Amino acid sequence: MRGKKSSQSGRSSILRASFKAAFKASIPVLLGYITLGIAFGLTLVAAGLAWWLAPFMALAIYAGAAQFMAVGLIQSGAGLLEIALLTLIMNARHMVYGLSLLEPFSKAGRWKPYLIFGLTDETYGLLTTIEPPPDLDKTKFYAAITVLNQVYWFVGCMVGSLVGSAFLFNTTGLDFALTALFIVLLVDQVRAVKKPEPYLAALLGCVLALFISPKNFLLVALVISTGALALLRERIEGRPRGTASQGVSEKSKQDSEEKGDRP
Amino acid sequence: MTYFVLVCLVMGLVTYFTRALPFLFFSVRKPPELLDFLQKYLPAVVMAILVFSMYKDIDFRAAPYGIPALVAGAITALLHLWKRNVLLSIGAGTAAYIIFIRII
Repeated sequence: MRGKKSSQSGRSSILRASFKAAFKASIPVLLGYITLGIAFGLTLVAAGLAWWLAPFMALAIYAGAAQFMAVGLIQSGAGLLEIALLTLIMNARHMVYGLSLLEPFSKAGRWKPYLIFGLTDETYGLLTTIEPPPDLDKTKFYAAITVLNQVYWFVGCMVGSLVGSAFLFNTTGLDFALTALFIVLLVDQVRAVKKPEPYLAALLGCVLALFISPKNFLLVALVISTGALALLRERIEGRPRGTASQGVSEKSKQDSEEKGDRP
Repeated sequence: MTYFVLVCLVMGLVTYFTRALPFLFFSVRKPPELLDFLQKYLPAVVMAILVFSMYKDIDFRAAPYGIPALVAGAITALLHLWKRNVLLSIGAGTAAYIIFIRII
């Protein structure tokens, strides 16, 4: 059907299709990032910093919580080493995000460095949960999501800092879109991972983190939960063989069909 | 001004480092079995933690007792279990929240 079209236009139509699918998947992030970005821009200007810092941070740092922290640090004139350390602590949770994306990113070629750069909480959530449309190239779909998310954040930061406090409109509540996004992604995870242990581990980590260090809540919760998850490994994976009391016929059928495909 | 730019660059580099670490370690080597196990279940754990974190600063002892966020969250989750439509779940949940915080 498209035999006569040049590969160029074929490629650009694939790109367009990727962006279309990615846009649909990322609309919740659009709502959340624009709102939060505007809030950030307003905060930054209100703190007396130059407006261009907000869009500049959206380009160079691209991490919501760390950017809010930066405003306070710059105001207090903190040293670079101190800033580096605090950023490391605040974003340490990102150190495990890539683990779930090693395989897909290994095929991402020249996009890989950027995909890593754009791995925010929300992007991680989308990439690990949403299945790319089967007719699209995974890398292009991932790249489109990552680019769009950063564009949303950039635009939000830019608008917020430019508008300053001159033109305030009431967006209170719109930021719930991010909470709703995390809930939806969690529901999808629950559908995929039908085992209670990961969620119990998360709950344990959260509750303990509230007591241990509410300031570093995400990091502490993640460390404890990951530890608990590792301890629960045997329970989660079950004993390797011989314990299958259910679904035997299905299992053996599968085994004979895709012998040696998976460990 | 140089200070501002330096701060941004330092924070950007550190953030990039945290995001790139697993790829630096395991792009050639295969990750050990334990990490391979963890990466399978960490998205579920992280999502649960993120949801919790969005609720942790709400004061449940004073009016409106966190009801808008809890009910809107429940609406989001139930709609998503039922219809599996991401935009519908998030749109309805957020709209419910915006209405609740204005009337409760």
